[in-house]
Amino acid sequence: MTINELQDEIIEEFELFEDDWEGKYEYIIDLGKKLAPLAEEFKTDENIIKGCQSVVWLNARFENGLVIFEGDSQAIIVKGLVNMLLKVLSNHSPTEILNADLYFIEKIGLTSHLAQTRSNGLASMVKQMKTYALAYQSLEK
Amino acid sequence: MKLDINKIRHDFPILEQSINGKKLVYFDNAATTQKPSVVIEALKNYYEGYNANIHRGIHHLAEKATAAFEATRKTVKSFLNANSIEEIIFTYGTTDSINLVAGTYGRKFINAGDEIIISTLEHHSNIVPWQMLCEEKGCILKIIPINDEGEIILEEYEKLLSPKTKFVSVVHVSNALGTINPIKTIIDKAHAVGAKVLIDGAQASSHLDIDVQALDVDFYALSAHKLFGPTGMGVLYGKKELLEAMPPYRGGGEMIKEVTFEKTTYADLPYKFEAGTPNIADVVAFKFALDYIQNIGKTNIAAYENELLAYATEKLESIEGLTVIGKAKEKVSVISFVLEGIHPQDIGIILDQQGIAVRTGHHCTQPLMQRLGIPGTARASFSVYNTFEEIDALVAGILKVKKLLS
Repeated sequence: MTINELQDEIIEEFELFEDDWEGKYEYIIDLGKKLAPLAEEFKTDENIIKGCQSVVWLNARFENGLVIFEGDSQAIIVKGLVNMLLKVLSNHSPTEILNADLYFIEKIGLTSHLAQTRSNGLASMVKQMKTYALAYQSLEK
Repeated sequence: MKLDINKIRHDFPILEQSINGKKLVYFDNAATTQKPSVVIEALKNYYEGYNANIHRGIHHLAEKATAAFEATRKTVKSFLNANSIEEIIFTYGTTDSINLVAGTYGRKFINAGDEIIISTLEHHSNIVPWQMLCEEKGCILKIIPINDEGEIILEEYEKLLSPKTKFVSVVHVSNALGTINPIKTIIDKAHAVGAKVLIDGAQASSHLDIDVQALDVDFYALSAHKLFGPTGMGVLYGKKELLEAMPPYRGGGEMIKEVTFEKTTYADLPYKFEAGTPNIADVVAFKFALDYIQNIGKTNIAAYENELLAYATEKLESIEGLTVIGKAKEKVSVISFVLEGIHPQDIGIILDQQGIAVRTGHHCTQPLMQRLGIPGTARASFSVYNTFEEIDALVAGILKVKKLLS
């Protein structure tokens, strides 16, 4: 599936929770619980995303022309949000990731989690994912 | 005196709103307090009626603005019971006040091998300026340890004091835990070895009576925005003889007596430390915040806040899996807590969905969190406009957090 198809799928799932914040957060918490923990060897200082209130780790590798992301967080809601970002951006080519316009976050009403405040550092996570994509793209050339 | 809290709430327009469809419960007062209409009106009146640059203009507006600006200084003087208006320096806030002292008194009078004492409870703003000074001058930073309740251990403080101690800088009230420190004892013991003392009053000034003369404190710093006043404005109280001995902090207009390219002489106190056009509107409006506090009465405010704290402590401690962090005998209305197995950020997000504003994280006190062995806490801090019903809403909100996250 393309990045946009994956985003549309998430948007569709969240349509169930319009006006039901509890349902929405239960769903995100569930996504957090379902995300396999990152292997301890990848929970390094270099993999920590700066600017998050809880510790968020992001690990990336490049396989067969695709960028594979793995992530984790100490906070379960953040971990759920990380899971969504991984679903959308992992397993795509560097070019696709660099060109991605992540409209799903606004559509599902979670913009506050992407805000550029020191406590909500998911914007930093997206930026870091794109930085990895850029680095792998230059490897390809 | 029994306060009419409903009437007080009406003085704060921001409180009458809903967040995520729920009535706003504002429990982040330790970060900043909301502003009463009198302060908001004062800002508006200043810009609509008499905005002008102060101290120099001879026209009507400049005179009116200058008078209002200086009226705030007089009010601050009595608020702190300072000896003279020359001892009241306007700054951009507590952080700026501390940097001023470290950057002038510190740079002039503290030298290599000298010791500065702070405590484990300090906010980063009372750590970093001293670390910067120590890096520059080669002086040494010593830290007073705390016990598990979050109280300074006075015996350990006494052990740190010596003729090498040149400066002690301690917070009056911990922003993270609410602990009230025994500052009179801390000041007296520092003076006994010849050290000067700065007290960081950012958190204390809205809750406690402050009498700088009775305390015999050398410097006292506070921020207007934690006292129902505007942001970007604060105060440094300093003893006159110390301020006179200190070099200026920033160079520029307003702080000079005479300038030639060969030599500049500096203005008298307090203007020596107020270079450039100050934050006139916010200084002017701050007087209205202090008058507002005086009208309600600080003792009345403190008594009511203590009732809120006692009620909240009892209610929160009855929640299974909740631990209150910071159990000092002397506390202001700040309650920090953790929930077993739940990250503070998750607590904050779910409470926010219910319209409840608390602070989560390390509260700019990372070394304190390291000492307590936790990544952070959720912190509810109460002001005079908060109610017992709002605390009930917090309790219900926490139970919802537990339900969703356990």
